[in-house]
Amino acid sequence: MNPAATVTRGTGENTVVGDDARVPIGLTVNGRVRTMTVEPRTTLLDALRDELGLTGTKKACDRGECGACTVHVDGRRLLSCMTLAAMQDGKQITTIEGLERDGNLHAIQAAFIEHDGFQCGFCTPGQIMSAVAMIEEAKADWPSAATTDVERPFTIAELSAAEIRERMSGNLCRCACYPNIVDAVAEAAARS
Amino acid sequence: MHPFLLASANDAATAIAAHAADPDLAYIAGGTDLIGLMKDRAALPKRLLDINTLPDMARIEALPDGGLRIGALARMSDVAAHPDVRRRFPVIAEALLFAASGQLRNMASMGGNIMQRTRCAYFRDEDDLPCNKRRPGSGCSALHGLNRNHAIFGWSEACVATNPSDVAVALAALDATVAVRGLAGERTIPFTGFYRLPGETPERDNVLGRGDLIVSIEVPAGAEGRASHYLKIRDRQSYEFAVVSAAAAVAVDGRRIRSARLALGGVAHKPWRLTAAEVALRSASLGDIEALKSALATSFTDARPLAHNAFKVELAQRVALRALQAAGARA
Repeated sequence: MNPAATVTRGTGENTVVGDDARVPIGLTVNGRVRTMTVEPRTTLLDALRDELGLTGTKKACDRGECGACTVHVDGRRLLSCMTLAAMQDGKQITTIEGLERDGNLHAIQAAFIEHDGFQCGFCTPGQIMSAVAMIEEAKADWPSAATTDVERPFTIAELSAAEIRERMSGNLCRCACYPNIVDAVAEAAARS
Repeated sequence: MHPFLLASANDAATAIAAHAADPDLAYIAGGTDLIGLMKDRAALPKRLLDINTLPDMARIEALPDGGLRIGALARMSDVAAHPDVRRRFPVIAEALLFAASGQLRNMASMGGNIMQRTRCAYFRDEDDLPCNKRRPGSGCSALHGLNRNHAIFGWSEACVATNPSDVAVALAALDATVAVRGLAGERTIPFTGFYRLPGETPERDNVLGRGDLIVSIEVPAGAEGRASHYLKIRDRQSYEFAVVSAAAAVAVDGRRIRSARLALGGVAHKPWRLTAAEVALRSASLGDIEALKSALATSFTDARPLAHNAFKVELAQRVALRALQAAGARA
């Protein structure tokens, strides 16, 4: 039995997707609806970079280990190298290119500059996308492995350097700029 | 990645029928394990069925009796942040928070978490080294290779791999069950019977078969739930799999243990319940370290370390003791 004949893609009509067929998808990227056709095996990362030319999102390990490809999908940080573009059909995607507003940098981007939170800069888009969403997670009472007592509600005032390091541990910096990254994130979190 | 076909499922019955009929079809939810396996060519499904579109499978429900029902599509981060999970079963929240990274926890589903495959480096090697789990009959590279991260309990000559899930260790300790829907309807599998030991067929991690779909995980109410703790020892302080971990949950009368539940991670092909120790711990005082140590030792008489992991026998007992004490501090 061919499963593609028995299941549907999305809510539309049955779509049979062959090995070499390209799938039509629509993503809202940085507020703009973008339609494209991709192979089923195309990751969200490759679609952003190769189909849309948004090369701010970086491809490094391509295995979900380094965090350089972090983007937001429907407001949540995730790794674009570890999900298929076709599985994100219809979703809202934010990349590093979408953070500034009217020519003004996002507070975290500004804090990274102020605190010298990068050297080579390759991991920086992922660090910043991760930090923006991480602060929202902390505001939403999410605990972390650095939280002393997970039973109690977490408040943003408890977002210590140890909390930041733990919550940002999915983003590696080969230049080891970690102290400055933590300072930048701490300041942006305190101001937010 | 190799080319494959992708479809998405709108109802569970259709998904199950497609999976049962097609040995080259794999379900995909968060994808954080499967896509990595595919990139390393350790999994080569010809068709992927996206189950994220299945209705009503992402709920996290606090049951009136004090238990918990976690939908298979609930994300690790949502479960870890859920107030009832944190209050009723802190060991579950802790096990989730000590796993992976913030990004991965936002993606990874609970069903996928308990289905994740071993991190044995030979199994995942891009050069396709001998591995009975990856290619049955090809041999085990770890048995006489680099086996520091491998099993000390329950292994066979065919496979010495360990299960990498943290939350599975907590769920095994809490006597959780897995609700599975298959062609013949729904059934409930006790967590302690969900995983297999490798034996001669290490390619099978668990007892699920074609057509089986994990619907939810249920955690029973119990006096031990609240006083629980997960302790994970790893080579890095964050974002790393366990060398050894322990989940502990206790019920006490004063300082005396009425009932203890203990499971270890990083030591076997499945979460390893310390059944003998649980019996020996009854009536022991949480303050009597020597009594606790002796009770724990009863579960290690059958430990069989490999060339590079003899340290795990001692480490695992220390980790279990500390987890037990921390759980007791919550009682």
